[in-house]
Amino acid sequence: MTALEIATCGPLTTIQDCGRIGLSRMGLPAAGAMDQRALRIANALVGNPAGEAVIELAFAGLVGRAIGGDIEMAVAGALADITCETRKEVTHQSFVLRDGETLRIGPLITGAFAVVAIAGGIAVPPMLGSRSLDLRAGIGGLDGRALRPGDRLPLNGSRVPFLSRWSAAVPLDRDAPIRIVLGPQDDAFTERGLQTLIDRPYVVSNAVSRMAYRLDGPPIERRPGVEILSDGTLPGSIQVPPDGQPIVLMADRQTIGGYPKIGTVISADLGRLAQRRPGEEVRFAMVSAHEAREIAAQVKLSEVEIQFGKYPAKSARAEQPMFDAARIGNVADAVVDASDSATWEIPQRPLWMLTSGTR
Amino acid sequence: MSAISSASTAMAKTSVTPGQLPLSTGVHDERWRAPQPFALPAIKAVGDCALLVEFGKHLTADVGARVLQLDDALTRERIPGVIEAIVAYATLLVIFDPVAIRYEHLRERLSELVSAPGRRHRSTRRFRVPVAYGDAFGLDIEDAAARLGMTQSDLISAHAGAEYTIAMFGFLPGFAYLTGLPSHIALPRRATPRARIFSGSIAIGGAQTAIGSIEGPSGWNVIGRTPLRTFDAARFPASIFEPGDEIRFEAIPVDCFDDLAARANAGEVLAERIA
Repeated sequence: MTALEIATCGPLTTIQDCGRIGLSRMGLPAAGAMDQRALRIANALVGNPAGEAVIELAFAGLVGRAIGGDIEMAVAGALADITCETRKEVTHQSFVLRDGETLRIGPLITGAFAVVAIAGGIAVPPMLGSRSLDLRAGIGGLDGRALRPGDRLPLNGSRVPFLSRWSAAVPLDRDAPIRIVLGPQDDAFTERGLQTLIDRPYVVSNAVSRMAYRLDGPPIERRPGVEILSDGTLPGSIQVPPDGQPIVLMADRQTIGGYPKIGTVISADLGRLAQRRPGEEVRFAMVSAHEAREIAAQVKLSEVEIQFGKYPAKSARAEQPMFDAARIGNVADAVVDASDSATWEIPQRPLWMLTSGTR
Repeated sequence: MSAISSASTAMAKTSVTPGQLPLSTGVHDERWRAPQPFALPAIKAVGDCALLVEFGKHLTADVGARVLQLDDALTRERIPGVIEAIVAYATLLVIFDPVAIRYEHLRERLSELVSAPGRRHRSTRRFRVPVAYGDAFGLDIEDAAARLGMTQSDLISAHAGAEYTIAMFGFLPGFAYLTGLPSHIALPRRATPRARIFSGSIAIGGAQTAIGSIEGPSGWNVIGRTPLRTFDAARFPASIFEPGDEIRFEAIPVDCFDDLAARANAGEVLAERIA
């Protein structure tokens, strides 16, 4: 069986997929990749289903060797230096690691999380419907734990030969504000408290984990004497403890929380927040629940387009690409105007991008 | 029958003003409120993927029963686009796919469901859960009994003599928050949390009691331990209990614990279903 033998990796190198859905009521977080868009892009590049399990890297890189066969893979999310033996590769483009060759992914340069998708997927058993590692419950992943040097990660192997490289269109929206919907307990805060959250910049603190990101900044003023009963949380819930410093719950969240939740990061932006590193700035922007829904619909559409190769990403393997544009080489060199945060690095904008307005 | 389920039965017959249970989180044990008239819950957007149905700001028997009724109705309705619902003391967080169902539409459906409250379709399940009280299994029992001004055995019989309802799970997998703790054994949390309590710890925190699931830090007063594994990913279903289930604790001799724990680890479900 083909395997990836891990030589070195960071302490939080885990297997993640689209998450363990439907068990939050039993106290089990969904887990799953911190940047779900990166997960879908990386999987599309190697022809996997969008939610297939990948290796998620947090801050640190990875060194590994292909054993027992060639491995077709793609890295997405945070940028990093990638080499296969001596060949330079880039993020957001598929490549092949030949049998016996060594893959080197350097420390993540921009962003906090990168995913490594492997054609055919990772051969670990799903638990409760997902291969995602849930660190606290000790389920999923490889034997219910994070990866460590010496592990031989079993791979399913791809049933179709590697035909060509595929590149993905990746939005340049790293610095754009993180959009939130106020509530459900915005009434626990003063008008000034709400203004503080929207108007003032916050900085990602050192207390970041797959469970939550704690932000530093001006304290958010609560109404005196307001306490809430514990209630259900979502990834993206912004809890404010008595010290006024917001805590955004992430993929491995606690499912019940007792601090008032001033707002909720919309699903489209949670992965973007996950990519902010300690010390980096976060600004929040308020959208209505209705707008949030429209954004979610746009994201869904873009996922379909990633899957069907309208971006220069791979759709069905062994098929001719739909456009020549789907075979562009190095996307990292094809950077377009970064001043427009809605710009995607693609030669032809799909129609919906032109009608969706800028944001 | 617990107070919550009797309230739910009563509600189905008449619109009585329900009595209140002495239940709340540890931070506001003292914040009791006068009974409120039957009111429609607030339904609030939570980001783009959830709606929070809030039946009250404070936990009463009536509120708990209505949360479970809506959860039950939602399970029965199988509304396309609804992914799951997180039951909590006074709220139901309904998680959905915003592309599969518009939140305005779901809000309407939820309003319909809450304004026509029926009986819970599913009958309440009752379980007996074995607990080794005191000794090495309940490190705080001596201190707890002293603070309550009672003997350890009185504390044990009061705790094991009551009927509880699972109000919610969280914040950890299988960690069950129970309502129904007799008010005379309610006890504020420990001033200094313990760095580590065992899985299966039975503890009192304020006016609530809980069945712990995973080993971890806790400020609750641990009085015993069950060999039961409330959550086991290798078992189906992984969680023995559901929100709304009723629980009775049964004191077992402490020297039986290891034997029962070995059976639980082998996959045996030690909770005895009694109804």
